[in-house]
Amino acid sequence: MKDFDIFVLPFNTGLYFILIYCVVRCVIWFRQLSRADKLRLQRGFFGRAFGQSLKEIFMESLIHRRILKSKPVLGYMHMSLAFGWFLLILFGTIEADIFGAKHLNPPYRAIFFRFFNPDHGTTGLTRIWSFWMDLLLAFILSGLLLAVIKRFIPGVVGMKKTTRHKPADRIALTALWLIFPSRLLAESFTCGAHGSGSFLTGTTGAWLASFLPAETLAYPFWWLYSLSLGVFFILLPVTRYMHIPTELFLIFMRNSGISTGDKTGTFSEVQIHSCSSCGMCIDACQMNFVTGIRYMQPVYLHRSIRNDEDITEIAHDCLMCGRCEEVCPVGIEISAVRMIQRRNKTGEPLVKNNWMGYFRNRNNVGSEKSDTGQVYNLRNGREVKQADVIYFAGCMTHLTPGIKEAMMKIFRASGEKVWFMDEEGGACCGRPLMLAGNDREARELINYNSEIIRKSGAKTLVTSCPICYNVFRDSYYLEAEVMHHTEYLKHLIDDGNLRFNYSGRKVVYHDPCELGRIAGIYDAPREVLSWVADLHEIPEREEKGLCCGGSLGNLILNPSKKAAIASDAVKRLTRNNPEMIVTSCPLCKKTFSQVSHVKVSDIAEVTADEIAAVQVRKPRRPASVSLKVMVKQLLE
Amino acid sequence: MNSMVDVLVIGGGVAGMEAAGQLARSGYSVILAEKEPLTGGHLKNWYHLFPDRRDGNEVGEYLDNLVKNKNIEIRNNTCITGITGRKGKFTATASDGQVVEAEAVIVATGFDLFDSRRKEEYGYGIYPNVITSADLEKMFRNGSVKLADGGVPARIGFIHCVGSRDEKVGNLYCSKLCCITAVKQAMEVHEKISGVKTFCFYMDMRMGGAYYEEIYREAQEKYGVSFIRGKVSEVSQGYNGRLVIKAEDTLAGRPLRMELDMVVLMAGMEMSDAGEILAGKSSLRRGENRFFSTADNHTASNRSNMKGVFYAGTCTAPMNITESISHARAAVTEVVSYLREKKQRDE
Repeated sequence: MKDFDIFVLPFNTGLYFILIYCVVRCVIWFRQLSRADKLRLQRGFFGRAFGQSLKEIFMESLIHRRILKSKPVLGYMHMSLAFGWFLLILFGTIEADIFGAKHLNPPYRAIFFRFFNPDHGTTGLTRIWSFWMDLLLAFILSGLLLAVIKRFIPGVVGMKKTTRHKPADRIALTALWLIFPSRLLAESFTCGAHGSGSFLTGTTGAWLASFLPAETLAYPFWWLYSLSLGVFFILLPVTRYMHIPTELFLIFMRNSGISTGDKTGTFSEVQIHSCSSCGMCIDACQMNFVTGIRYMQPVYLHRSIRNDEDITEIAHDCLMCGRCEEVCPVGIEISAVRMIQRRNKTGEPLVKNNWMGYFRNRNNVGSEKSDTGQVYNLRNGREVKQADVIYFAGCMTHLTPGIKEAMMKIFRASGEKVWFMDEEGGACCGRPLMLAGNDREARELINYNSEIIRKSGAKTLVTSCPICYNVFRDSYYLEAEVMHHTEYLKHLIDDGNLRFNYSGRKVVYHDPCELGRIAGIYDAPREVLSWVADLHEIPEREEKGLCCGGSLGNLILNPSKKAAIASDAVKRLTRNNPEMIVTSCPLCKKTFSQVSHVKVSDIAEVTADEIAAVQVRKPRRPASVSLKVMVKQLLE
Repeated sequence: MNSMVDVLVIGGGVAGMEAAGQLARSGYSVILAEKEPLTGGHLKNWYHLFPDRRDGNEVGEYLDNLVKNKNIEIRNNTCITGITGRKGKFTATASDGQVVEAEAVIVATGFDLFDSRRKEEYGYGIYPNVITSADLEKMFRNGSVKLADGGVPARIGFIHCVGSRDEKVGNLYCSKLCCITAVKQAMEVHEKISGVKTFCFYMDMRMGGAYYEEIYREAQEKYGVSFIRGKVSEVSQGYNGRLVIKAEDTLAGRPLRMELDMVVLMAGMEMSDAGEILAGKSSLRRGENRFFSTADNHTASNRSNMKGVFYAGTCTAPMNITESISHARAAVTEVVSYLREKKQRDE
């Protein structure tokens, strides 16, 4: 029995190369982490994060639970390749250890076990083991078959569009595709020559041996198997398959509490490399399925960053609605990664590839503008009124005065001491500047507004615009509690300060991106609406909510395409012929109003119209009423 | 009811009435279908016409007399929703089930005024003293320009280009006659209210018509109307109930806030709903501006992509009354030669 054969060299070279490469890369990444993140990672390693990560790696990287849930066939494809290959390696190693010539073998002995033990698997326990190994190979091959079909007909696995790949990716893809069929043939020929093997390799082998010289043909296929493995491993760092090792690191970092932040760094780089280019973001993107724009989705953004390409346009041509982030099976913080690229105003890439793309250098890109001091001449010392509640309408609400008037009516009915902070105009919350990457200028506005809010002594800040809401909540340091008016309305209802006529009108609710996916407020608007109207839901709701198309996040997309996105969204919203589309964002309202034949209203307008002295007619038990409210009503 | 005539004219506004009248004078039998209870179209709502400020009713009377012809059957309350057929024989169906058959068709479905509520930032439908140019004409007709509470406005702003030249509402084109209407209305306001102050907020003053520039000059010199170049961004209501507008004076290069008693929105022209319905239920083609597209911009502006179906007036592009009447007459010459050729071929 042979111990070694020259054909294992390509595999050995590739394997040791990729192992050393991964260690080196991880060390580089670790060294580039900030001190705080290094500490987090250390704490994570000895804490709960470690266990959590192992569980997540098993569930997501191997089983692909998230994809399985949304697209079962696609999930099966990924699972069979990842989990199947993992099991094949695991059981292959055990097989070599138990049944091989000696214990603790070099890896090639496990991978090419059949070559070195051609007669194995003909008796007793070994027979069952061989059956199991064949089953695993069949499992992988079934996934591979799906992958090949998907490349040509994406619809088979439930996808409308699949990712367009680059030459290096194609070579690696071919190598990957060759690995398992060549293993099948190599094993079959060997088995055929030796009369061994189980239901797959044994049967195929016997059949092939019946009309072919199996012994002679086996050897070239073992070479092919080894070569395809070697090529795959060597190309792995410069292709999308880098996601396989990187994702493990990503999961561990994420569980340790590391987040993307606003500058390029290890974590954003790890995320970019963790993108498997699966293309699920393409299907989720309204710019794709409404306007047919297919170059700026996250999969292409990440790839272009990896490939050192100019990404200025890709980074900016996006509605920032976050639908892609919801479907991303890897859980990449896509919007944060994109924002890092937007903040870079110099046009220089933030990271440059060297060593043919195997390693990357972070460029120290300075900010474009030198510090010119204050940019805005904001009037200080403007009149501040003392109040319990401050209302900040924001620029978009000023452009939709219907919402503003409704809020005034609600405030009057609430009996609370309210000051309308920007009634006669005020400074912007800062978001448009931040979205354009001008954070320093935004900070001036933030400081100015913070000072006014602090001086007023208010305990609550109410905004009508979800954008302002997110900025006040996340980018300001305020003592006042920030509430969007949907939450404020719910709070007034819960406290018994506001009662309504139940109109029974059939309405559909549109989740604005900023209030829904970004702020995570789904229940408050539904509960408030259920007191005044008959709420009907559509499948594209909550996390799957649609972008209205009016996003401030995209200054490239032309208005007719934005209108097309709005029309498509309205079409989906009005599928069940509601009397009205209700939303809770002035921008969504304004955008939809331009294209909708159905009335579009803000939740504030709908409720303000129905304010009553006593609650008239109890609404039908709405499906979305929280447990808290139900308990409260039972107690009454 | 099934009837066969020479020509069916769809739309009883200025262009439709003119076309029907001229065809009848030449001896052709015409059915004039009007979706409203009365013919006359938008003209009924206009008080004085620019540039000479004659009473709109005078033109109305001319058209009424013109269609009083035994060759014309006027069918009011008839909204034609579709045309089918090929050259020589067209079948039109109305929303109430009527069927009209004709050898040729003139489409004169006209325009609708832009619904100013779509520019919510101007507060139309929210603040009672924000009105449209059409509302102001109605006030002129009733004899007095009053605020919602019955008071007399001392400061009035005119906002040009509401729904025109505005990418955000999907209308890139210029409606052509809002500038001159604003000039005319500002002058008339001065005549009705002594000492009133008026402000026109414009992007460009498009005074491309006979005697337009002259009255623009008169408005400034004789009446003291202020013309401010810059679009108004928003209208709100201040503590005292007066309207507050935010704008930019782009000539002075600075932002501007102003208190006004009344704001008049110069609503632009859009393809009419009736035209949209007809386009949806026929093979008539429309342009990017949603108006019907003509066979040739220069030499066949009355012809459609359906042989035997012709266009007259503002269903193809914004036009003033003078142009609508000329365009309708041009359509008539096209129809007449089409019917003659057809007759010769048939014989």
